[in-house]
Amino acid sequence: MALEPGGILHIAHLARLHLLEDDAERYAGELSAILAFIEQMNAVDTGGVTPMAHPFEMTQPLRADIVTEQDRREEYQANAPAVRDGLYVVPKVIE
Amino acid sequence: MMWEAVVGLEIHAQLATRSKIFSGAPAAAGAEPNRQACAIDLALPGVLPVLNAEVLRMAVMFGLATNAEIASRSVFARKNYFYPDLPKGYQISQYELPVVKRGVVEIALDDGPTKRIGIARAHLEEDAGKSVHDAFPGETGVDLNRAGVPLLEIVSEPDMNSAGEAMAYMRTIHSLVRYLGICDGNMEAGSFRCDANVSVRRSGETALGTRTEIKNLNSFRFVGRAITYEIERQIETLAGNGTVVQETRLYDAVADETRAMRDKEEANDYRYFPDPDLLPVELSPEYIERIRAELPELPDVKRQRFRSEYALGENDARRLTAIREIADYFEAVANASRQPRLAANWVTGDLAAALHRANIEITHSPVGPEELATLIVRIADGTLSGKMAKEVFESVWRREGDPDSVIAKRGLVQISNPAAIEDFVDQIIAAHPEQVEQFRTGKEKVFGFFVGQVMKLTRGQANPEQVNQALRRKL
Repeated sequence: MALEPGGILHIAHLARLHLLEDDAERYAGELSAILAFIEQMNAVDTGGVTPMAHPFEMTQPLRADIVTEQDRREEYQANAPAVRDGLYVVPKVIE
Repeated sequence: MMWEAVVGLEIHAQLATRSKIFSGAPAAAGAEPNRQACAIDLALPGVLPVLNAEVLRMAVMFGLATNAEIASRSVFARKNYFYPDLPKGYQISQYELPVVKRGVVEIALDDGPTKRIGIARAHLEEDAGKSVHDAFPGETGVDLNRAGVPLLEIVSEPDMNSAGEAMAYMRTIHSLVRYLGICDGNMEAGSFRCDANVSVRRSGETALGTRTEIKNLNSFRFVGRAITYEIERQIETLAGNGTVVQETRLYDAVADETRAMRDKEEANDYRYFPDPDLLPVELSPEYIERIRAELPELPDVKRQRFRSEYALGENDARRLTAIREIADYFEAVANASRQPRLAANWVTGDLAAALHRANIEITHSPVGPEELATLIVRIADGTLSGKMAKEVFESVWRREGDPDSVIAKRGLVQISNPAAIEDFVDQIIAAHPEQVEQFRTGKEKVFGFFVGQVMKLTRGQANPEQVNQALRRKL
């Protein structure tokens, strides 16, 4: 599957990455090469193989339903670009 | 032309945990903005999610209660989209391998019959934060307290064919999650809400029509009205040779209509993939069986038991079992009074009406189950007439005392002694020769006058039935 520069710009927009139109051409080539490599792997019949989620035999560790976090709003908000009345503030989002 | 509507619901039930699904921040509502948003909820660099064991237990309970398949292996995925109240830029959800698949519930329709509604899947996910658009001009405020609160998204099959069926299904799920204790069901606070998928087709067709999705319905009434409106709108469109556009719509309760929502740009391109921060969840048969053993008695089973154990009709049994707390209250009254019939009448009648008027939950009823049971015993043993019982109930409701002390204080004891009643009847007959004459010459209406006079004489305490009988004999 080959990617077109238009598709690259679309994906970049979804990820909120700023790409120049000129770069799109180059990335289209590079990403298409990666996809071609993955297609080679796709050709192998893996029907009976369970996908490996982790190199070790591990399943999801769980935590008990206990509140362990303290309120550290002031510290967290000290790093935010804009804060008002306890809210993080961003440019207007139009619904 | 006959049309058939096809409706499916996606219900979001907020799970009643103490902490969030992937972090140890509190999940409770009502805190000041961002006081309950920790580093994980904020997606600060280097943090990792750790799954809350309780959400799994709750999802499995729901699956078992709906006779669903519980996946021995389920996987969390990232649903990617850009929005300020979603700090990571993706929502952790389950996509290809949800924890619960292929369940079923039975709903009761208004006219009596029941219908089975399939549940395609139920999966775990985290809620997003809340955007505040009207606080500051030109800016949006973001409160992330809700980010990471656990949700169970319950996706029905498109098995419903009317707004009424959709409402009955939503009520059934609402009742179920509250029975299970996995969701508080508070719709005003948004902890139980749903999206409705609606399409219509010509009767007899098997292919589905183009559907629209109505977002964020947070009351039973709105679900009913929004779906009713949308079905009519689609039929009108198709009947006029128009086409229904697949889109997301919002229900406007004030105008009572649905309107196309301007989609978040490319909102449907979510690029799901398995979340590499989380391993697959594996559930052993032993774990699942342990949870099965802990399930409470469910509404359907309780309803059957109420019918056989307390000899109740289907309607009473259904009304009494819809909400677990009401069922518990009724059982306490029925067992303490040994009068299930009267208990059912009072709980669904006077008590329900009083609670409704005062807007009080049954768990906070000023008249407790023991008190209502005492009152009912006093009716059954003939101490109180129905009318006197209502008076005592009102009085206990106002906390003027328990039933027996109210009865004593007001001297409210029904006179059921036949000799005493005959004596009163004789007095009244003797005092009103003119009316006696009228009655004897065929004026049946005067009978009521005599009953009234006896009741007045006894300050309403004479047993009305015995008064009737004595008057009939003597006149």
